[in-house]
Amino acid sequence: MASLDDLKKRIASVKSTQKITKAMKMVAAAKLRRAQESAEKGRPYSEKMNNVILNLSNGISDKENAPKLLSGTGQEKTHLCVVMTSDRGLCGGFNSNIIKKAKSYFLKILDEGKELKIITVGSKGNDQLKRVYGDKIIENISFKESKNANYFDADKVGKMVIEKFEAGEFDVCTIFYNQFKNVITQIPQAQQIIPLNNEGEENSSEESYEFEPDEDEILSNLLPKNISTQIFKAMLENSASEQGSRMSAMDNATRNAGEMVDKLTIEYNRSRQAAITKELIEIISGAESL
Amino acid sequence: MSEEFKVEIVNPEKSFLVKDDVSEVVVPAFEGEMGILKDHISIISFLKPGIIKILSKSGDENYYVEDGIVEFKNNNLSILTSTIFNLADMDKSKQQDLLKEAEEEANKTDINDQSKYLADQKVEVLKTLN
Repeated sequence: MASLDDLKKRIASVKSTQKITKAMKMVAAAKLRRAQESAEKGRPYSEKMNNVILNLSNGISDKENAPKLLSGTGQEKTHLCVVMTSDRGLCGGFNSNIIKKAKSYFLKILDEGKELKIITVGSKGNDQLKRVYGDKIIENISFKESKNANYFDADKVGKMVIEKFEAGEFDVCTIFYNQFKNVITQIPQAQQIIPLNNEGEENSSEESYEFEPDEDEILSNLLPKNISTQIFKAMLENSASEQGSRMSAMDNATRNAGEMVDKLTIEYNRSRQAAITKELIEIISGAESL
Repeated sequence: MSEEFKVEIVNPEKSFLVKDDVSEVVVPAFEGEMGILKDHISIISFLKPGIIKILSKSGDENYYVEDGIVEFKNNNLSILTSTIFNLADMDKSKQQDLLKEAEEEANKTDINDQSKYLADQKVEVLKTLN
């Protein structure tokens, strides 16, 4: 059995760990509220953007000559995956869930004999992927300096993706992120952004729009913006998910630490009692033998 | 019958402005300024740098935008933009900063004609604000 001194030290160390996790939980809770708010506020923009594009692509008469960002390059040889993770750890299964989702997708693509390219956003994803897919990662971006997800950063990523698309480096682009459902549930998502697939929502808008300038020109201006918008939406969802995940992870950690302190305290008291009893027995038997 | 319609301006971070007692909106559309009144035909267009004027009973408001898309449908006007400032809140130094930025962009040599045109527009609009 560990000595009293050791037990005392362990209790102290667990207690200080508990303090840290508790503080982290509270910080995450405060940040979560803000992140959740901005995720909700950001939704109208991406929804409206989607609507406009839907209306536009329905209005386009000449599908053959539609911009490549909408209709694709006509082949599916090279896939680009943008894996979005956090820059900081200690947030439960947040990063591993995205990575798991991404990895199963990678396997599928490689099995089909297609080429794979990866862009990682956030250093944690890069850390986890570079061991196995190190040669596939073409770019690693991290926004450690910016406190909150902002549109500028998203735009930077979006512009890079478009640049590579126009250079013909890939045919299909998918982004991976965690969708925020609630504090305990985050759903890893794979969303294809190039070519844009708006299947399912075949809204037969009877109304025809007037376009100024013509559809093609608006579309070719809008589509790159839409890419950035989608990436921004993913970043917002991600940051809310990260804080939510961290909060519940830290909550668990605090509870576990509490249980551990209780167990160690009982053990400490028992061995203290045992030591006293032992001493007493020694004294008594010493007195008896006299 | 009232001659009012609803306008909503959203930027990526949030819903910037919602007003439902608007009588006229003038937007800097790509091919020239465009005034929108109630019962305008459905239209989609995009914006160049300029001033959005919103005329309503509760007073007129002016906003500076750098880009964006307008959609008008069923007497709902949606404006999507990434950069927008209320002119009432914009002071001299902010304006100078923007102007400097725009001028730098316009003076770059490695940009294509369209972005050059947009940057020039920005400079022009910002100069008129003085």
